[in-house]
Amino acid sequence: MALATRLLGRLPIGWLQLAHRRGRFLAAILGVGFANLLVFMQLGFMGALTSTVGLPYAALDADILIQAPDANTLTDGSPLPRQRMLDALAVPGVAAAAPVFMGKLEWRSADGSARSLDVMGVDPRLPSLRALEGRRDVLTLPGAAFIDRATRNVPPEVFAGLDAGTPQRFEFQGRGLTLHGSFTIGGSFSGDGWLVMSDQSFVTLFRNRSLPAPNLILVRAAPGQDVPALAARINAALPGPDAVARPIATALARDQAFQTTQRPVGIIFGMGVLMGALVGIIIVYQVLSSDVADHLREYATMKAMGYRQGFFLGIIMEQAVVLASLGFIPGSLMAYGLYALLTAVTGIDVLMPPERLLGVFAGTVVMCVASGALATRRLARADPAELF
Amino acid sequence: MEPAIMVRGLDHHFGAGEARRQVLFGLDLDIARGALVVLMGASGSGKTTLLTLLGGLRSVQAGSVRVLGREMAGASATALAGARRRMGFIFQAHNLHESLTAVQNVRLALDVHGAVPQAEAAAARALSLVGLEDRLHYHPARLSGGQKQRVAVARALAGSPEIIFADEPTAALDAENGLAVVALLKRLGAARGTTTLMVTHDNRVLDLADRIVTMRDGRLMPA
Ligand SMILES: Nc1ncnc2c1ncn2[C@@H]1O[C@H](COP(=O)(O)OP(=O)(O)OP(=O)(O)O)[C@@H](O)[C@H]1O
Ligand SMILES: [Mg+2]
Repeated sequence: MALATRLLGRLPIGWLQLAHRRGRFLAAILGVGFANLLVFMQLGFMGALTSTVGLPYAALDADILIQAPDANTLTDGSPLPRQRMLDALAVPGVAAAAPVFMGKLEWRSADGSARSLDVMGVDPRLPSLRALEGRRDVLTLPGAAFIDRATRNVPPEVFAGLDAGTPQRFEFQGRGLTLHGSFTIGGSFSGDGWLVMSDQSFVTLFRNRSLPAPNLILVRAAPGQDVPALAARINAALPGPDAVARPIATALARDQAFQTTQRPVGIIFGMGVLMGALVGIIIVYQVLSSDVADHLREYATMKAMGYRQGFFLGIIMEQAVVLASLGFIPGSLMAYGLYALLTAVTGIDVLMPPERLLGVFAGTVVMCVASGALATRRLARADPAELF
Repeated sequence: MEPAIMVRGLDHHFGAGEARRQVLFGLDLDIARGALVVLMGASGSGKTTLLTLLGGLRSVQAGSVRVLGREMAGASATALAGARRRMGFIFQAHNLHESLTAVQNVRLALDVHGAVPQAEAAAARALSLVGLEDRLHYHPARLSGGQKQRVAVARALAGSPEIIFADEPTAALDAENGLAVVALLKRLGAARGTTTLMVTHDNRVLDLADRIVTMRDGRLMPA
């Protein structure tokens, strides 16, 4: 109190007015906190979406990706001619290149449970996934595969068996595959995990795909090469419009932008953030404007004493900042709790970067001040001439 | 020295168009500094309207109103607010701020002048002048009607105003408390040389007045 009085240079009237109506004050704080929580949850989903999109990119041993022009993500592009790999290899500065095939598979167990797997077909003679170096020759066995350790909903005895060195045989869409080991990429919003096999096994599994038409060509630059410049040289050397080379960071950024702004899931999260902000503005406006309405007599009395408009705006802004700050505390604490819960349940890391904490707090203050500015319009009704 | 209040040819109308009605008619009035003046008159005679014009709570429409040497006619809202800082108001209802304690309510009248050193102590002194030194930290809800009106008196006096306007300050009080409040105003005002203009229907307080002004139908009665 004494501190607030010194800071403001006056009594903290806004605070005292809020605190005088305890029930309403508490409801307002929880309301702001709830709006915060809504925004935090949506941002958490969005952040998790963005970071899970990056996981398979990080696993690839590549500096540049060549994809069909219609590709928006790592897995949705049309097949492109394998010849483009040879075209790229002819460009000076390219050290190595490898084809990658992408497919999707439902893995159903006898008990009826299912997981949706992203399947990668790689050339076992060439390095393509960092995690498989030193053991990719295993993939030359027909039907041999490695499974993503983070795959959701896999019976634990599968990984226990793999760790003990026992290959695990399964039926996938009527074809036998043998899991020989595991690696780690991590589940995403679109799939439960990854499966890696040789390009030969891949085309046997996916009958409509063929070896001369991979989805992706990984390119590694020779040491000391400027990657964006090399990508530009590759594009210049590619003969037709059926393939585009991009530095892997650029490809990832495009993918993240696509998933967060073009795909329904990203749009829903964005709408959620807006809704949260709107709920907050409405709650704070309600509280502040009814507080003004309840104190018109007091404000009129203070006007009679000689207080000017700025003083009353200060009171309302003080209330806005109090609500923003006190609402933010339960809102962010609840968000931490729910993030931890989501991480545990989905296996997707939902993290709280400090800049999100700061950003949501700043947004909350702006939201509350905007509501306060709306509420000040009612001040004009406080007329000291009506007091006598 | 110019009188505290100097009114010349003051008219006032309420309403617009068909409903426009004149309630004050060519008032001329001088009130000397330091006087306790009681304003009387039948209901609807225009006492409150005159008070709000003198106190800068309402804009002057026609005529001249000089208060403490300052012309109120044509003054901006900001200038009127500035002029009001040299005045104290006591209303029929106490109009205390329910969220603030007695001493905080009184402080409001001090803080309007900017950061006052020891404002809290000054507010407490004002409350002890009205005999409420043991109620400093009570909220209005825990004070009796007479106590609340005494807080309002302390609030009006705390900023050391040069003029006090009071409109039926005793209406909400019983006879004994009402008389006590007016006596208090008289005593404290006399000690400080404050000019006091008070509307009242209470005949028992007339003995305390230095001068009585009477209104009828929007006009001042000759003394
Ligand atoms: N805001 C207003 N709008 C319109 N007419 C008003 C307004 N205020 C007062 N009047 C009218 O002006 C006239 C003078 O009113 P005023 O309140 O000044 O009288 P008063 O002497 O204070 O009366 P009372 O003793 O009842 O308080 C009355 O006829 C009243 O109806
Ligand atoms: Mg009146």
